[in-house]
Amino acid sequence: MTVPFDFGSLFLHFLVLSPMSIGGAITTVPEMHRFLVAQTGWLNETEFTTSIALAQAAPGPNILFVAVLGWNVAGLPGAATAMAGIMLPSTLLTLTATRWARANREHMAVRAFSVGMMPLTLGLIIATGWLLALPFLRADDHRLGTLALIAVTVLLTLKTRLSLVWMVLGGGVLGALGFV
Amino acid sequence: MNRPESLTELFVAFTRLALQGFGGVLAVAQRELVERLEWLSKEEFVETLAVAQVLPGPNVVNLSLMVGDRFFGTRGAIAALAGMLSVPAVIVLGLAAAYGELSQHPLAVNALRGMGAVSAGLVLATGIKLLPALKHNPMGRATALGLAFAAFMLIGLLRWPLVAVLAVVGGGGMLLAWRKLR
Repeated sequence: MTVPFDFGSLFLHFLVLSPMSIGGAITTVPEMHRFLVAQTGWLNETEFTTSIALAQAAPGPNILFVAVLGWNVAGLPGAATAMAGIMLPSTLLTLTATRWARANREHMAVRAFSVGMMPLTLGLIIATGWLLALPFLRADDHRLGTLALIAVTVLLTLKTRLSLVWMVLGGGVLGALGFV
Repeated sequence: MNRPESLTELFVAFTRLALQGFGGVLAVAQRELVERLEWLSKEEFVETLAVAQVLPGPNVVNLSLMVGDRFFGTRGAIAALAGMLSVPAVIVLGLAAAYGELSQHPLAVNALRGMGAVSAGLVLATGIKLLPALKHNPMGRATALGLAFAAFMLIGLLRWPLVAVLAVVGGGGMLLAWRKLR
């Protein structure tokens, strides 16, 4: 370690990143990398990357990658410290902003906001799906299988009320059996 | 529209929702909150998400705070947030502890690829499913769809940073909406 570990700096680092994390904590990953790997050396390159991949594969919100980073730095207390830091400011801000908007629902600015932001939000969801699918389109092996699986998933979601968790588990089984 | 009866119901609903979300919770949130529980309409869901999106923090976590707050105030926000994070945190930390062995296993790698492809499909389908929410947008359907398409192009293909897209497409949309609503 180039810098001795302390909980205070860990907490402060995530606390400062929280208000900047528009679009999710994932947008501040480059900054976390700079701090945890390059500056302090509390994590190495592999630990950092696998922390993020692991949290994305597991069920639950992707923000939990911050817990895994904290865990890999300092075990359970590290996970709790990092999560508290990243959650506190954004949570307080969200609650304050939501209440203000609800109290001023008829205000022109609030109405223009909710009407005007809707298209962006939808475009963003579809772009997210596209970016998640992209690595499969680019990979040379398994391309056809995974593409077919993505297409079938879209159809099943639109046309049936099949539980999403069965689809994800089904994808896992097909992958493990070597079909995709 | 329905509403949760108690804080426990809120907590359980968000735990259930989070546990179904592999590779992201958005698709499941739409399915559960809009289609199964009917706590939000399609339009309310997109509106709430729009606010959740521009505030710092993960959109689905902000969404849980906002939904909880709407029904039970601060206690509701905490119950929803706790539901969203506690059980999944135990699982992901368990996985982190076991990761060294898991990563060596080709079976696990293959299964993860299959699950990843499905979660990409789920998010795409969610976006397509919510598009009709734009039908009654005061800006007009064509304008709204055009803006959605622009957002998709800028983020998905040109890879603009989110803040820039918020400023251009979000700011532009708000300006158009302002003029229409006046």
